[in-house]
Amino acid sequence: MASEFFPTRRTMIAGSIGTGLAASPLSAFAQSGPGAAPASPNAPGAAEITVDQAHTAPIPIAIPSFGPGIGDQITQVISDDLGGSGLFRVLGSAASAGGSGTPDFSSYRSIGAQALAAGNASAGGDLRVEFRLWDVLAGQQIQGTAYTTSAANWRRIAHKIADVIYQRMLGEKGYFDTRIAYVARSGPRGRQQTRLAIMDQDGANSRYLTSGRWLVLTPRFHPTRDEIAFMSYANDRPRVYLFDLASGREEVLGEFEGISFAPRFSPDGGSVVLSATRGGGSDIFRVDLASRSSTRLTSSGSIDTSPCFSPDGSQIVFNSDRGGSPQLYVMSASGGAARRISYGSGQYGSPVWSPRGDLIAFTRIGGAGFSIGVMMPDGTGERILTQGFTVESPTFCPNGRVMAYCRQSAAGAGGAGFSTSLATIDIAGFNDHALRMAGGASDPAWSPING
Amino acid sequence: MKLKLLGAIGLAAMLAACSGENANTGAASGMGASAAPTGAAAPGSEADLVANVGDRVYYALNESTLSSDAQGTLDRQAAWLARYPQVTIQVAGNCDDRGTEEFNIALGERRANAARDYLVSKGVSAGRITTISYGKDRPTALGDDEQSWQQNRNAITAVH
Repeated sequence: MASEFFPTRRTMIAGSIGTGLAASPLSAFAQSGPGAAPASPNAPGAAEITVDQAHTAPIPIAIPSFGPGIGDQITQVISDDLGGSGLFRVLGSAASAGGSGTPDFSSYRSIGAQALAAGNASAGGDLRVEFRLWDVLAGQQIQGTAYTTSAANWRRIAHKIADVIYQRMLGEKGYFDTRIAYVARSGPRGRQQTRLAIMDQDGANSRYLTSGRWLVLTPRFHPTRDEIAFMSYANDRPRVYLFDLASGREEVLGEFEGISFAPRFSPDGGSVVLSATRGGGSDIFRVDLASRSSTRLTSSGSIDTSPCFSPDGSQIVFNSDRGGSPQLYVMSASGGAARRISYGSGQYGSPVWSPRGDLIAFTRIGGAGFSIGVMMPDGTGERILTQGFTVESPTFCPNGRVMAYCRQSAAGAGGAGFSTSLATIDIAGFNDHALRMAGGASDPAWSPING
Repeated sequence: MKLKLLGAIGLAAMLAACSGENANTGAASGMGASAAPTGAAAPGSEADLVANVGDRVYYALNESTLSSDAQGTLDRQAAWLARYPQVTIQVAGNCDDRGTEEFNIALGERRANAARDYLVSKGVSAGRITTISYGKDRPTALGDDEQSWQQNRNAITAVH
């Protein structure tokens, strides 16, 4: 069962050997009199509301407590996930929990709830969480699931429940059971200590992966394995490394004559694109992970960097100053002719292709400062989403609806007042807010789903 | 043992990288007047380089072209390196924070290479010079104003 839920990467902390997580359907309570056919436990979608509609009219959802102690904690995480997305309005638990039995729908209707997430958590040895999502207006169960796992996994269960609610209500996969890798920053601005770090997408469970001895930059998640590519200045030799999250082992990726940097995995996980300095510029290479052979994709003599695959793997968007100033270009994944797609005033950089394929996010620099925007892959439809003194390094969540990015303040004399932090913003430009974290951070990289 | 091996690879790579490069032209003639060491800095030391030669050159926004001032500083560095042939150096390229992180790594390396190539054109053996780029991650001046940004667009030579 567990393998059905985690086909690829991060495994649950097992309560006992071989049991990461079990999930089983909970049947619906009968809603009609005797003789009526039992309702399906997971009724076909209530997903008649689109994400775009929910932007302007967040879905009112009641989430009464799942019980004292760990139940309360789980309820809080679910509420924070859904409320924080800007697409749900979480209602106070005015009505009673109704963790078992049929809820009193009239009381939820009276507080304006459209949906009800009800459940209970019991932690005697293993944690068991029963969860039901109800359509309050129709009085029907939309989803019912019981999770059994180690109590240490309580946050992940909460995120999984939030993902189920998001998907059933909006018809798109959620992104709450994910992590963000980043660079943790501390110390004086002139020589910051940088450590590779990883946390849950909501900022919880943050931990360092490297010691801080060397400058590290630009972590990027492997699409299926529990692995990160990043840049390290270890031994004063800056280049791209792979970091195995399970073992903590690092290894250099490829041998290049110059500095190798700006890695990104291909969508199939079989290769990495990166750039390597040569003379006065940098070339883009593709490194095959099985054979470790490298193929040069550009050799313009200019700076070609920040390559990122389209989600179908057929194209690469990258940053180049071949035309005189840093701009965005798209080429075939096998190299060759590139066409410029950025034409606004100023400079462009750090392009990243949306997992949905329909947008390219970028950093734009000009005039008053930095901005982050999106455009279509042909360069049309550019929209600026957020601005600031420095805003850069956008990274998409797995469903492509939200980006995390780095926001830095202008420093005063001697570096006074400098701050570097992470924020998230919806691709519609809604819901721009800082992530709650202790300490400075930059270079966010959002994991795949269940990553 | 790993370090040793990497060092050798790095040196070979550096030599290979240099072989295809043409040195900058239009430099000021001669090796430049070298100031006599002053102060307490040990001759041939980093402190000597900083105090009596000048350890860094500055660049315009998004540029890696060497100004005449920059060429003068590098002329003095070349003369100083001729006097202390045992000294090896690292040239570190840096950028202001008005570019993206990744682009600035390449731009910083371009600046370090411009300084390195000039030194080589003045007779410094390429094997004595390594380059590195810190992009915008090692600012000298810590503020965010024009003056700070000017100081942070540089290539800094250090005794290695």
